Amino acid sequence: MTTERRQFTAFSRLLHWLMAPMVLSMLCIGVAMVVSVANYHRLVSMHRPLGIAILILVVIRYVNRKLHPPPPFPPTMSVQERRAATASEMMLYGLLFALPVVGWGMLSAAGYPIVLYSSLHLPSILPYNLMLYALLRKAHTFLAYLLFLMFIAHVGAILFHTLIVRDGILLRMAPRNIRAQEKDSPSGAGGKSGETSDETGG
Amino acid sequence: MTNAHAEAPRPALSKVGTLARCAVIGGVLVAITGSFAYLGGWLTPKDLTPAEFADEFERVAGVHAGFRRNHAKGVGVSGFFDSNGAGARLSKATVFHVGRVPVTGRFSLAGGQPSMADAPETIRGLGLKFSLPDGEQWRTAMNSIPVFLVNTPAAFYERLVALEPDPATGKPDPAKMKAFLASHPEAMRAMQIISSHPPASGFANSTYSSLNAFFFVTTDGVSTPVRLQLVPLDAFEPAATPLSAPENKNYLFDALIGRMHQGPVLWHLILVVGQPGDPTNDATVPWPESRERVDAGTLTLSVVETEETSVAQDINFDPLVLPAGIVPSDDPLLSARSAVYSQSFTRRAGETKKPSAVPSAEAGK
Repeated sequence: MTTERRQFTAFSRLLHWLMAPMVLSMLCIGVAMVVSVANYHRLVSMHRPLGIAILILVVIRYVNRKLHPPPPFPPTMSVQERRAATASEMMLYGLLFALPVVGWGMLSAAGYPIVLYSSLHLPSILPYNLMLYALLRKAHTFLAYLLFLMFIAHVGAILFHTLIVRDGILLRMAPRNIRAQEKDSPSGAGGKSGETSDETGG
Repeated sequence: MTNAHAEAPRPALSKVGTLARCAVIGGVLVAITGSFAYLGGWLTPKDLTPAEFADEFERVAGVHAGFRRNHAKGVGVSGFFDSNGAGARLSKATVFHVGRVPVTGRFSLAGGQPSMADAPETIRGLGLKFSLPDGEQWRTAMNSIPVFLVNTPAAFYERLVALEPDPATGKPDPAKMKAFLASHPEAMRAMQIISSHPPASGFANSTYSSLNAFFFVTTDGVSTPVRLQLVPLDAFEPAATPLSAPENKNYLFDALIGRMHQGPVLWHLILVVGQPGDPTNDATVPWPESRERVDAGTLTLSVVETEETSVAQDINFDPLVLPAGIVPSDDPLLSARSAVYSQSFTRRAGETKKPSAVPSAEAGK
Protein backbone atom coordinates (compact mmCIF):
# COMPACT_ATOMS: atom_id res chain seq x y z
CA MET A 1 0.00 0.00 0.00
CA THR A 2 3.00 2.28 -0.19
CA THR A 3 2.82 2.90 -3.91
CA GLU A 4 -0.06 4.78 -5.37
CA ARG A 5 -2.52 2.49 -7.15
CA ARG A 6 -2.63 3.18 -10.89
CA GLN A 7 -5.31 0.74 -11.88
CA PHE A 8 -8.83 -0.02 -10.84
CA THR A 9 -8.88 -3.12 -8.67
CA ALA A 10 -8.95 -6.42 -10.54
CA PHE A 11 -12.58 -6.93 -9.51
CA SER A 12 -13.54 -3.46 -10.78
CA ARG A 13 -11.87 -4.16 -14.11
CA LEU A 14 -13.56 -7.55 -14.35
CA LEU A 15 -16.95 -5.90 -13.79
CA HIS A 16 -16.18 -3.20 -16.35
CA TRP A 17 -15.18 -5.59 -19.13
CA LEU A 18 -17.99 -7.97 -18.27
CA MET A 19 -20.57 -5.21 -18.48
CA ALA A 20 -19.19 -3.37 -21.52
CA PRO A 21 -20.30 -6.01 -24.07
CA MET A 22 -23.53 -6.57 -22.14
CA VAL A 23 -24.43 -2.89 -22.31
CA LEU A 24 -23.48 -2.59 -25.97
CA SER A 25 -25.53 -5.72 -26.78
CA MET A 26 -28.41 -4.33 -24.77
CA LEU A 27 -28.40 -1.05 -26.69
CA CYS A 28 -28.31 -2.97 -29.98
CA ILE A 29 -31.06 -5.40 -28.94
CA GLY A 30 -33.22 -2.57 -27.66
CA VAL A 31 -32.98 -0.42 -30.76
CA ALA A 32 -33.44 -3.43 -33.06
CA MET A 33 -36.37 -5.05 -31.28
CA VAL A 34 -38.66 -2.04 -31.42
CA VAL A 35 -38.49 -2.04 -35.23
CA SER A 36 -38.38 -5.80 -35.68
CA VAL A 37 -41.37 -7.88 -36.69
CA ALA A 38 -39.74 -11.26 -37.35
CA ASN A 39 -37.38 -11.25 -34.36
CA TYR A 40 -39.36 -9.15 -31.94
CA HIS A 41 -40.19 -11.92 -29.53
CA ARG A 42 -36.71 -13.45 -29.57
CA LEU A 43 -35.11 -10.06 -28.89
CA VAL A 44 -37.56 -9.09 -26.13
CA SER A 45 -36.91 -12.47 -24.49
CA MET A 46 -33.20 -11.62 -24.34
CA HIS A 47 -33.73 -7.97 -23.42
CA ARG A 48 -35.48 -8.65 -20.09
CA PRO A 49 -33.01 -11.06 -18.43
CA LEU A 50 -30.01 -9.14 -19.79
CA GLY A 51 -31.42 -5.92 -18.35
CA ILE A 52 -31.90 -7.48 -14.95
CA ALA A 53 -28.37 -8.92 -15.06
CA ILE A 54 -27.04 -5.41 -15.78
CA LEU A 55 -29.10 -4.03 -12.90
CA ILE A 56 -27.59 -6.54 -10.48
CA LEU A 57 -24.06 -5.94 -11.77
CA VAL A 58 -24.32 -2.14 -11.64
CA VAL A 59 -25.42 -2.27 -8.00
CA ILE A 60 -22.45 -4.53 -7.19
CA ARG A 61 -20.26 -2.19 -9.17
CA TYR A 62 -21.43 0.92 -7.37
CA VAL A 63 -20.84 -0.66 -3.96
CA ASN A 64 -17.45 -1.85 -5.15
CA ARG A 65 -16.57 1.66 -6.32
CA LYS A 66 -17.49 3.09 -2.92
CA LEU A 67 -15.28 0.48 -1.24
CA HIS A 68 -12.43 0.83 -3.74
CA PRO A 69 -12.27 4.38 -5.11
CA PRO A 70 -10.86 4.74 -8.62
CA PRO A 71 -7.15 5.39 -9.18
CA PRO A 72 -6.14 8.97 -9.92
CA PHE A 73 -6.66 10.42 -13.38
CA PRO A 74 -3.53 11.02 -15.47
CA PRO A 75 -1.88 14.39 -14.88
CA THR A 76 -2.72 15.39 -18.44
CA MET A 77 -6.28 16.01 -17.32
CA SER A 78 -7.29 19.40 -16.01
CA VAL A 79 -9.49 19.83 -12.95
CA GLN A 80 -12.48 20.53 -15.19
CA GLU A 81 -11.78 17.44 -17.29
CA ARG A 82 -11.56 15.30 -14.18
CA ARG A 83 -14.83 16.68 -12.90
CA ALA A 84 -16.49 16.07 -16.26
CA ALA A 85 -15.06 12.54 -16.41
CA THR A 86 -16.27 11.69 -12.89
CA ALA A 87 -19.68 13.22 -13.58
CA SER A 88 -20.05 11.24 -16.80
CA GLU A 89 -19.05 8.03 -14.99
CA MET A 90 -21.68 8.70 -12.35
CA MET A 91 -24.21 9.38 -15.08
CA LEU A 92 -23.37 6.06 -16.70
CA TYR A 93 -23.90 4.31 -13.36
CA GLY A 94 -27.17 6.17 -12.95
CA LEU A 95 -28.40 5.23 -16.42
CA LEU A 96 -27.36 1.60 -16.08
CA PHE A 97 -29.39 1.51 -12.88
CA ALA A 98 -32.35 3.56 -14.08
CA LEU A 99 -32.92 1.85 -17.42
CA PRO A 100 -33.61 -1.66 -16.06
CA VAL A 101 -35.63 -0.24 -13.15
CA VAL A 102 -37.76 1.87 -15.52
CA GLY A 103 -38.12 -1.16 -17.81
CA TRP A 104 -39.20 -3.33 -14.88
CA GLY A 105 -41.58 -0.62 -13.66
CA MET A 106 -43.04 -0.07 -17.10
CA LEU A 107 -43.82 -3.78 -17.57
CA SER A 108 -45.36 -3.76 -14.08
CA ALA A 109 -47.58 -0.79 -14.91
CA ALA A 110 -48.67 -2.53 -18.14
CA GLY A 111 -49.67 -5.65 -16.21
CA TYR A 112 -47.25 -7.89 -18.09
CA PRO A 113 -45.65 -10.78 -16.28
CA ILE A 114 -41.92 -9.96 -16.03
CA VAL A 115 -40.61 -13.24 -17.36
CA LEU A 116 -36.87 -13.81 -17.16
CA TYR A 117 -36.72 -17.41 -18.28
CA SER A 118 -39.36 -20.11 -18.43
CA SER A 119 -41.34 -19.84 -15.18
CA LEU A 120 -38.76 -17.55 -13.54
CA HIS A 121 -40.28 -14.11 -13.27
CA LEU A 122 -40.05 -10.98 -11.16
CA PRO A 123 -42.79 -9.44 -9.02
CA SER A 124 -44.59 -6.32 -10.14
CA ILE A 125 -43.13 -3.13 -8.64
CA LEU A 126 -45.81 -0.65 -9.71
CA PRO A 127 -49.62 -0.52 -9.82
CA TYR A 128 -51.44 -1.48 -13.01
CA ASN A 129 -51.84 1.88 -14.75
CA LEU A 130 -51.73 2.40 -18.49
CA MET A 131 -50.94 6.13 -18.34
CA LEU A 132 -48.02 5.34 -16.07
CA TYR A 133 -46.94 2.65 -18.53
CA ALA A 134 -47.09 5.11 -21.44
CA LEU A 135 -44.99 7.62 -19.50
CA LEU A 136 -42.37 5.07 -18.43
CA ARG A 137 -42.25 3.61 -21.92
CA LYS A 138 -41.27 7.04 -23.27
CA ALA A 139 -38.79 7.53 -20.44
CA HIS A 140 -37.20 4.16 -21.24
CA THR A 141 -36.56 5.22 -24.84
CA PHE A 142 -35.26 8.64 -23.82
CA LEU A 143 -32.87 7.20 -21.23
CA ALA A 144 -31.68 4.57 -23.71
CA TYR A 145 -30.73 7.22 -26.28
CA LEU A 146 -29.03 9.17 -23.52
CA LEU A 147 -27.10 6.05 -22.54
CA PHE A 148 -26.06 5.59 -26.14
CA LEU A 149 -24.76 9.17 -26.28
CA MET A 150 -22.89 8.68 -23.00
CA PHE A 151 -21.45 5.44 -24.31
CA ILE A 152 -20.22 7.16 -27.48
CA ALA A 153 -18.79 10.06 -25.45
CA HIS A 154 -17.04 7.60 -23.14
CA VAL A 155 -15.47 5.64 -26.01
CA GLY A 156 -14.56 8.88 -27.81
CA ALA A 157 -12.89 10.39 -24.75
CA ILE A 158 -10.88 7.25 -24.04
CA LEU A 159 -9.76 7.02 -27.68
CA PHE A 160 -8.81 10.70 -27.66
CA HIS A 161 -6.69 10.28 -24.55
CA THR A 162 -5.18 7.05 -25.81
CA LEU A 163 -4.33 8.10 -29.36
CA ILE A 164 -3.90 11.87 -29.25
CA VAL A 165 -2.96 12.82 -25.69
CA ARG A 166 -1.25 9.47 -25.19
CA ASP A 167 -1.46 9.56 -21.41
CA GLY A 168 -2.09 5.85 -20.99
CA ILE A 169 -5.52 6.41 -19.48
CA LEU A 170 -6.69 3.02 -20.69
CA LEU A 171 -4.13 1.36 -18.41
CA ARG A 172 -6.34 2.24 -15.47
CA MET A 173 -8.87 -0.23 -16.84
CA ALA A 174 -6.51 -2.61 -18.68
CA PRO A 175 -7.58 -6.22 -18.24
CA ARG A 176 -4.07 -7.30 -17.23
CA ASN A 177 -2.23 -6.13 -14.17
CA ILE A 178 0.36 -3.43 -14.62
CA ARG A 179 3.21 -4.03 -12.21
CA ALA A 180 3.93 -1.27 -9.76
CA GLN A 181 7.49 -0.72 -10.97
CA GLU A 182 6.26 0.31 -14.35
CA LYS A 183 5.18 3.46 -12.66
CA ASP A 184 8.82 4.33 -12.22
CA SER A 185 9.90 3.46 -15.72
CA PRO A 186 11.64 6.32 -17.48
CA SER A 187 9.33 8.56 -19.33
CA GLY A 188 9.70 9.74 -22.86
CA ALA A 189 11.96 6.87 -23.89
CA GLY A 190 11.58 5.61 -27.41
CA GLY A 191 9.05 8.28 -28.22
CA LYS A 192 10.39 9.33 -31.54
CA SER A 193 7.72 8.87 -34.12
CA GLY A 194 4.18 8.23 -33.21
CA GLU A 195 4.55 5.44 -30.60
CA THR A 196 2.12 3.19 -32.25
CA SER A 197 1.44 0.26 -30.08
CA ASP A 198 2.13 0.31 -26.41
CA GLU A 199 -0.50 2.64 -25.10
CA THR A 200 -2.44 -0.08 -23.41
CA GLY A 201 0.61 -1.69 -21.95
CA GLY A 202 0.20 -4.49 -24.48
CA MET B 1 9.06 -1.82 -21.28
CA THR B 2 6.46 0.71 -22.09
CA ASN B 3 6.54 4.37 -21.49
CA ALA B 4 2.81 4.51 -21.30
CA HIS B 5 2.89 5.78 -17.78
CA ALA B 6 4.94 8.75 -18.73
CA GLU B 7 4.06 11.69 -16.64
CA ALA B 8 5.94 14.13 -18.82
CA PRO B 9 4.33 15.26 -22.07
CA ARG B 10 5.02 13.11 -25.11
CA PRO B 11 6.84 14.49 -28.12
CA ALA B 12 4.32 16.14 -30.38
CA LEU B 13 2.66 14.03 -33.06
CA SER B 14 3.30 14.96 -36.64
CA LYS B 15 0.46 16.70 -38.43
CA VAL B 16 -0.19 13.59 -40.50
CA GLY B 17 -0.01 11.39 -37.41
CA THR B 18 -2.56 13.54 -35.58
CA LEU B 19 -4.88 13.55 -38.55
CA ALA B 20 -4.57 9.79 -38.96
CA ARG B 21 -5.36 9.23 -35.31
CA CYS B 22 -8.29 11.60 -35.42
CA ALA B 23 -9.55 9.68 -38.44
CA VAL B 24 -9.30 6.41 -36.49
CA ILE B 25 -11.29 7.87 -33.60
CA GLY B 26 -13.88 9.34 -35.94
CA GLY B 27 -14.06 6.05 -37.83
CA VAL B 28 -14.70 4.05 -34.66
CA LEU B 29 -17.44 6.42 -33.48
CA VAL B 30 -19.08 6.54 -36.90
CA ALA B 31 -18.95 2.74 -37.13
CA ILE B 32 -20.66 2.33 -33.74
CA THR B 33 -23.27 4.98 -34.49
CA GLY B 34 -23.82 3.58 -37.98
CA SER B 35 -24.36 0.06 -36.67
CA PHE B 36 -26.78 1.42 -34.10
CA ALA B 37 -28.65 3.36 -36.79
CA TYR B 38 -28.75 0.30 -39.03
CA LEU B 39 -30.13 -1.91 -36.25
CA GLY B 40 -32.66 0.78 -35.42
CA GLY B 41 -33.92 0.71 -39.01
CA TRP B 42 -32.97 4.28 -39.89
CA LEU B 43 -30.99 3.14 -42.91
CA THR B 44 -33.77 0.87 -44.20
CA PRO B 45 -36.91 3.01 -43.94
CA LYS B 46 -38.86 0.73 -46.29
CA ASP B 47 -38.67 -2.30 -43.98
CA LEU B 48 -41.94 -3.23 -42.31
CA THR B 49 -41.90 -2.29 -38.65
CA PRO B 50 -44.51 -2.77 -35.93
CA ALA B 51 -45.16 0.98 -36.15
CA GLU B 52 -45.79 0.69 -39.89
CA PHE B 53 -48.37 -2.03 -39.24
CA ALA B 54 -50.12 0.15 -36.66
CA ASP B 55 -50.00 3.10 -39.08
CA GLU B 56 -51.61 0.95 -41.76
CA PHE B 57 -54.38 -0.10 -39.38
CA GLU B 58 -54.93 3.61 -38.76
CA ARG B 59 -55.04 4.34 -42.49
CA VAL B 60 -57.69 1.66 -42.94
CA ALA B 61 -59.91 2.49 -39.96
CA GLY B 62 -58.86 5.95 -38.83
CA VAL B 63 -57.32 6.86 -35.48
CA HIS B 64 -59.61 6.19 -32.53
CA ALA B 65 -57.86 7.46 -29.44
CA GLY B 66 -57.55 4.95 -26.64
CA PHE B 67 -58.81 2.02 -28.67
CA ARG B 68 -56.96 -1.01 -29.97
CA ARG B 69 -55.80 -0.54 -33.56
CA ASN B 70 -57.53 -3.78 -34.44
CA HIS B 71 -60.42 -5.51 -32.69
CA ALA B 72 -61.37 -2.05 -31.44
CA LYS B 73 -64.98 -2.91 -30.55
CA GLY B 74 -65.43 -5.25 -27.64
CA VAL B 75 -66.65 -6.07 -24.15
CA GLY B 76 -64.78 -7.43 -21.15
CA VAL B 77 -65.64 -10.76 -19.54
CA SER B 78 -64.37 -12.80 -16.65
CA GLY B 79 -64.69 -16.26 -15.24
CA PHE B 80 -62.44 -19.23 -14.73
CA PHE B 81 -60.89 -22.27 -16.36
CA ASP B 82 -61.34 -25.69 -14.80
CA SER B 83 -58.57 -28.00 -15.92
CA ASN B 84 -59.34 -31.71 -15.90
CA GLY B 85 -55.65 -32.64 -15.97
CA ALA B 86 -55.74 -34.18 -19.46
CA GLY B 87 -53.50 -31.45 -20.90
CA ALA B 88 -50.71 -32.31 -18.46
CA ARG B 89 -49.72 -35.19 -20.73
CA LEU B 90 -48.65 -32.61 -23.34
CA SER B 91 -47.47 -29.66 -21.27
CA LYS B 92 -45.99 -29.05 -17.85
CA ALA B 93 -47.80 -25.66 -17.68
CA THR B 94 -49.53 -25.30 -14.32
CA VAL B 95 -52.73 -24.28 -16.12
CA PHE B 96 -53.13 -27.97 -17.05
CA HIS B 97 -52.84 -29.29 -13.49
CA VAL B 98 -56.22 -30.34 -12.16
CA GLY B 99 -57.83 -27.24 -10.69
CA ARG B 100 -59.28 -23.83 -11.35
CA VAL B 101 -57.58 -20.62 -12.45
CA PRO B 102 -59.22 -17.20 -12.85
CA VAL B 103 -59.62 -15.85 -16.39
CA THR B 104 -60.14 -12.34 -17.71
CA GLY B 105 -61.17 -12.00 -21.33
CA ARG B 106 -62.56 -9.85 -24.06
CA PHE B 107 -64.94 -10.54 -26.92
CA SER B 108 -64.33 -8.35 -29.93
CA LEU B 109 -64.94 -7.84 -33.61
CA ALA B 110 -62.05 -7.60 -36.05
CA GLY B 111 -61.52 -4.13 -37.42
CA GLY B 112 -60.17 -0.86 -36.18
CA GLN B 113 -63.44 1.07 -35.79
CA PRO B 114 -64.80 0.95 -32.24
CA SER B 115 -68.28 2.06 -33.29
CA MET B 116 -68.76 -0.07 -36.37
CA ALA B 117 -72.00 -1.96 -36.80
CA ASP B 118 -72.00 -5.64 -35.83
CA ALA B 119 -72.12 -7.89 -38.88
CA PRO B 120 -72.37 -11.68 -38.94
CA GLU B 121 -69.44 -12.19 -41.28
CA THR B 122 -67.05 -10.01 -39.29
CA ILE B 123 -64.42 -12.17 -37.60
CA ARG B 124 -65.07 -12.47 -33.86
CA GLY B 125 -62.21 -12.50 -31.40
CA LEU B 126 -61.83 -13.85 -27.90
CA GLY B 127 -58.79 -12.73 -25.94
CA LEU B 128 -58.06 -14.54 -22.68
CA LYS B 129 -55.69 -14.04 -19.79
CA PHE B 130 -55.27 -17.03 -17.48
CA SER B 131 -53.85 -15.94 -14.13
CA LEU B 132 -51.73 -18.85 -12.94
CA PRO B 133 -50.29 -19.40 -9.46
CA ASP B 134 -47.23 -17.31 -8.45
CA GLY B 135 -47.95 -14.52 -10.91
CA GLU B 136 -47.41 -16.58 -14.04
CA GLN B 137 -49.72 -15.76 -16.94
CA TRP B 138 -50.98 -17.27 -20.13
CA ARG B 139 -52.55 -15.01 -22.72
CA THR B 140 -54.16 -15.96 -25.97
CA ALA B 141 -56.11 -14.18 -28.67
CA MET B 142 -58.34 -16.55 -30.62
CA ASN B 143 -60.60 -15.98 -33.60
CA SER B 144 -63.85 -17.42 -34.93
CA ILE B 145 -62.31 -18.70 -38.17
CA PRO B 146 -60.82 -22.17 -38.77
CA VAL B 147 -57.63 -20.91 -40.46
CA PHE B 148 -56.01 -17.50 -40.74
CA LEU B 149 -56.30 -15.23 -43.78
CA VAL B 150 -52.57 -15.12 -44.60
CA ASN B 151 -49.44 -16.93 -43.51
CA THR B 152 -46.81 -14.17 -43.36
CA PRO B 153 -46.63 -10.70 -41.81
CA ALA B 154 -45.83 -9.18 -45.21
CA ALA B 155 -48.96 -10.70 -46.77
CA PHE B 156 -51.00 -9.45 -43.83
CA TYR B 157 -49.68 -5.97 -44.51
CA GLU B 158 -50.49 -6.23 -48.22
CA ARG B 159 -53.99 -7.36 -47.36
CA LEU B 160 -54.43 -4.36 -45.09
CA VAL B 161 -53.30 -2.03 -47.86
CA ALA B 162 -55.95 -3.60 -50.11
CA LEU B 163 -58.55 -2.70 -47.46
CA GLU B 164 -57.63 1.00 -47.36
CA PRO B 165 -60.68 3.10 -48.14
CA ASP B 166 -60.77 4.64 -51.58
CA PRO B 167 -60.76 8.43 -51.12
CA ALA B 168 -63.54 8.77 -53.70
CA THR B 169 -66.02 6.32 -52.20
CA GLY B 170 -64.80 6.04 -48.62
CA LYS B 171 -64.92 2.28 -49.06
CA PRO B 172 -62.29 -0.31 -49.95
CA ASP B 173 -61.83 -0.90 -53.64
CA PRO B 174 -62.94 -4.52 -54.33
CA ALA B 175 -60.53 -4.68 -57.26
CA LYS B 176 -57.61 -4.27 -54.87
CA MET B 177 -58.71 -7.22 -52.74
CA LYS B 178 -59.21 -9.25 -55.90
CA ALA B 179 -55.69 -8.41 -57.02
CA PHE B 180 -54.34 -9.31 -53.59
CA LEU B 181 -56.05 -12.70 -53.62
CA ALA B 182 -54.89 -13.35 -57.17
CA SER B 183 -51.29 -12.84 -56.12
CA HIS B 184 -51.71 -14.86 -52.90
CA PRO B 185 -53.12 -18.29 -53.65
CA GLU B 186 -52.66 -19.29 -49.99
CA ALA B 187 -54.98 -16.43 -48.98
CA MET B 188 -57.48 -17.49 -51.64
CA ARG B 189 -57.46 -21.08 -50.33
CA ALA B 190 -57.88 -19.80 -46.77
CA MET B 191 -60.87 -17.66 -47.84
CA GLN B 192 -62.48 -20.75 -49.37
CA ILE B 193 -62.00 -22.74 -46.16
CA ILE B 194 -63.37 -19.88 -44.09
CA SER B 195 -66.45 -19.46 -46.29
CA SER B 196 -67.16 -23.20 -46.04
CA HIS B 197 -67.49 -22.72 -42.24
CA PRO B 198 -70.44 -20.34 -41.93
CA PRO B 199 -70.39 -18.11 -38.85
CA ALA B 200 -72.48 -19.01 -35.80
CA SER B 201 -75.41 -16.85 -34.80
CA GLY B 202 -73.58 -15.21 -31.91
CA PHE B 203 -70.44 -14.86 -29.81
CA ALA B 204 -71.60 -17.46 -27.28
CA ASN B 205 -71.97 -20.37 -29.72
CA SER B 206 -68.89 -19.61 -31.82
CA THR B 207 -65.83 -21.82 -31.97
CA TYR B 208 -62.59 -19.88 -31.49
CA SER B 209 -59.18 -21.04 -32.75
CA SER B 210 -55.64 -20.06 -31.90
CA LEU B 211 -54.86 -20.29 -35.64
CA ASN B 212 -51.13 -20.32 -34.91
CA ALA B 213 -49.47 -23.44 -33.57
CA PHE B 214 -47.51 -23.64 -30.33
CA PHE B 215 -45.20 -26.25 -28.93
CA PHE B 216 -46.35 -27.86 -25.71
CA VAL B 217 -43.44 -29.08 -23.61
CA THR B 218 -43.52 -31.68 -20.83
CA THR B 219 -41.24 -31.82 -17.79
CA ASP B 220 -39.23 -34.45 -19.71
CA GLY B 221 -38.68 -31.94 -22.49
CA VAL B 222 -40.96 -33.72 -24.97
CA SER B 223 -42.28 -31.12 -27.38
CA THR B 224 -45.58 -31.48 -29.30
CA PRO B 225 -47.14 -29.10 -31.84
CA VAL B 226 -50.57 -28.00 -30.68
CA ARG B 227 -53.30 -25.76 -32.03
CA LEU B 228 -55.98 -24.59 -29.62
CA GLN B 229 -59.72 -24.47 -30.01
CA LEU B 230 -62.52 -23.28 -27.78
CA VAL B 231 -65.63 -25.28 -28.62
CA PRO B 232 -68.88 -23.87 -27.20
CA LEU B 233 -71.36 -25.87 -25.14
CA ASP B 234 -74.10 -23.63 -26.52
CA ALA B 235 -75.48 -25.30 -29.65
CA PHE B 236 -74.25 -24.04 -32.99
CA GLU B 237 -76.83 -22.16 -35.01
CA PRO B 238 -75.86 -20.59 -38.28
CA ALA B 239 -76.11 -16.85 -38.65
CA ALA B 240 -79.27 -15.79 -40.47
CA THR B 241 -78.89 -16.10 -44.25
CA PRO B 242 -78.35 -14.23 -46.41
CA LEU B 243 -75.71 -12.63 -44.22
CA SER B 244 -77.17 -9.32 -43.27
CA ALA B 245 -76.99 -7.32 -40.09
CA PRO B 246 -80.17 -6.43 -38.23
CA GLU B 247 -80.98 -2.79 -37.52
CA ASN B 248 -79.37 -2.76 -34.08
CA LYS B 249 -75.71 -2.06 -34.71
CA ASN B 250 -74.75 -3.79 -31.47
CA TYR B 251 -76.95 -6.83 -31.97
CA LEU B 252 -74.12 -9.36 -31.54
CA PHE B 253 -72.83 -7.77 -28.34
CA ASP B 254 -76.37 -7.26 -27.01
CA ALA B 255 -77.13 -10.92 -27.62
CA LEU B 256 -73.93 -11.95 -25.81
CA ILE B 257 -74.74 -9.70 -22.86
CA GLY B 258 -78.29 -11.05 -22.73
CA ARG B 259 -76.99 -14.62 -22.90
CA MET B 260 -74.49 -14.04 -20.12
CA HIS B 261 -77.15 -12.52 -17.88
CA GLN B 262 -79.08 -15.78 -18.22
CA GLY B 263 -76.12 -17.75 -16.92
CA PRO B 264 -72.47 -18.60 -17.48
CA VAL B 265 -71.32 -19.51 -20.99
CA LEU B 266 -68.99 -22.50 -21.33
CA TRP B 267 -66.42 -23.74 -23.80
CA HIS B 268 -64.24 -26.86 -23.97
CA LEU B 269 -60.57 -26.05 -24.38
CA ILE B 270 -59.44 -28.50 -27.04
CA LEU B 271 -55.77 -29.18 -27.72
CA VAL B 272 -55.44 -30.34 -31.31
CA VAL B 273 -52.31 -32.49 -31.41
CA GLY B 274 -50.19 -32.09 -34.53
CA GLN B 275 -48.38 -34.96 -36.22
CA PRO B 276 -45.01 -34.83 -37.98
CA GLY B 277 -45.57 -33.06 -41.27
CA ASP B 278 -48.47 -30.92 -40.06
CA PRO B 279 -47.46 -27.34 -40.82
CA THR B 280 -46.67 -25.31 -37.72
CA ASN B 281 -45.52 -22.28 -39.71
CA ASP B 282 -48.54 -21.83 -41.96
CA ALA B 283 -51.75 -20.63 -40.29
CA THR B 284 -53.69 -20.81 -43.59
CA VAL B 285 -53.44 -24.60 -43.79
CA PRO B 286 -55.81 -26.71 -41.66
CA TRP B 287 -54.52 -29.86 -40.00
CA PRO B 288 -56.32 -33.09 -40.93
CA GLU B 289 -59.66 -33.60 -39.21
CA SER B 290 -58.42 -36.92 -37.85
CA ARG B 291 -55.91 -35.30 -35.50
CA GLU B 292 -56.21 -36.23 -31.85
CA ARG B 293 -58.22 -33.72 -29.84
CA VAL B 294 -57.49 -33.53 -26.12
CA ASP B 295 -60.23 -31.88 -24.05
CA ALA B 296 -58.16 -30.08 -21.40
CA GLY B 297 -61.01 -28.59 -19.43
CA THR B 298 -63.83 -26.09 -19.38
CA LEU B 299 -63.74 -22.32 -19.74
CA THR B 300 -66.59 -20.64 -17.89
CA LEU B 301 -67.32 -16.98 -18.58
CA SER B 302 -69.88 -15.61 -16.15
CA VAL B 303 -69.42 -11.84 -15.89
CA VAL B 304 -69.65 -9.33 -18.71
CA GLU B 305 -68.70 -5.69 -18.46
CA THR B 306 -68.27 -2.80 -20.86
CA GLU B 307 -64.83 -1.55 -21.56
CA GLU B 308 -65.19 1.44 -19.25
CA THR B 309 -65.40 -0.79 -16.22
CA SER B 310 -63.65 -3.96 -17.33
CA VAL B 311 -60.03 -4.64 -16.51
CA ALA B 312 -59.82 -6.36 -19.90
CA GLN B 313 -59.48 -2.89 -21.41
CA ASP B 314 -55.99 -2.65 -19.95
CA ILE B 315 -54.82 -6.06 -21.16
CA ASN B 316 -52.74 -6.61 -24.26
CA PHE B 317 -53.82 -10.10 -25.33
CA ASP B 318 -50.35 -10.84 -26.68
CA PRO B 319 -50.34 -14.51 -27.73
CA LEU B 320 -46.67 -14.78 -26.78
CA VAL B 321 -47.25 -14.16 -23.08
CA LEU B 322 -46.81 -17.85 -22.34
CA PRO B 323 -46.32 -19.91 -19.20
CA ALA B 324 -43.45 -22.38 -18.81
CA GLY B 325 -44.56 -25.45 -20.77
CA ILE B 326 -45.82 -23.60 -23.86
CA VAL B 327 -43.38 -22.11 -26.38
CA PRO B 328 -43.91 -20.36 -29.70
CA SER B 329 -43.80 -22.39 -32.90
CA ASP B 330 -41.94 -21.32 -36.02
CA ASP B 331 -45.05 -19.53 -37.30
CA PRO B 332 -43.78 -16.07 -38.38
CA LEU B 333 -47.15 -14.53 -37.53
CA LEU B 334 -46.60 -15.08 -33.81
CA SER B 335 -43.68 -12.71 -33.36
CA ALA B 336 -45.42 -10.21 -35.65
CA ARG B 337 -48.61 -10.38 -33.60
CA SER B 338 -46.63 -9.84 -30.41
CA ALA B 339 -44.78 -6.87 -31.93
CA VAL B 340 -47.81 -5.18 -33.47
CA TYR B 341 -50.09 -5.77 -30.47
CA SER B 342 -47.40 -4.21 -28.31
CA GLN B 343 -47.20 -1.20 -30.63
CA SER B 344 -50.99 -0.79 -30.56
CA PHE B 345 -51.03 -1.19 -26.78
CA THR B 346 -48.33 1.43 -26.29
CA ARG B 347 -50.14 3.91 -28.55
CA ARG B 348 -53.52 3.55 -26.89
CA ALA B 349 -52.04 3.49 -23.37
CA GLY B 350 -50.99 7.11 -23.77
CA GLU B 351 -54.29 8.27 -25.24
CA THR B 352 -57.48 9.42 -23.54
CA LYS B 353 -60.27 7.07 -24.48
CA LYS B 354 -63.78 7.97 -25.52
CA PRO B 355 -66.64 5.79 -24.22
CA SER B 356 -67.01 2.41 -25.84
CA ALA B 357 -69.60 1.87 -28.54
CA VAL B 358 -71.27 -0.88 -26.54
CA PRO B 359 -73.19 1.15 -23.96
CA SER B 360 -72.60 0.42 -20.31
CA ALA B 361 -76.37 0.28 -19.68
CA GLU B 362 -76.49 -2.85 -21.81
CA ALA B 363 -73.77 -4.70 -19.98
CA GLY B 364 -74.78 -3.47 -16.55
CA LYS B 365 -78.27 -4.93 -16.75
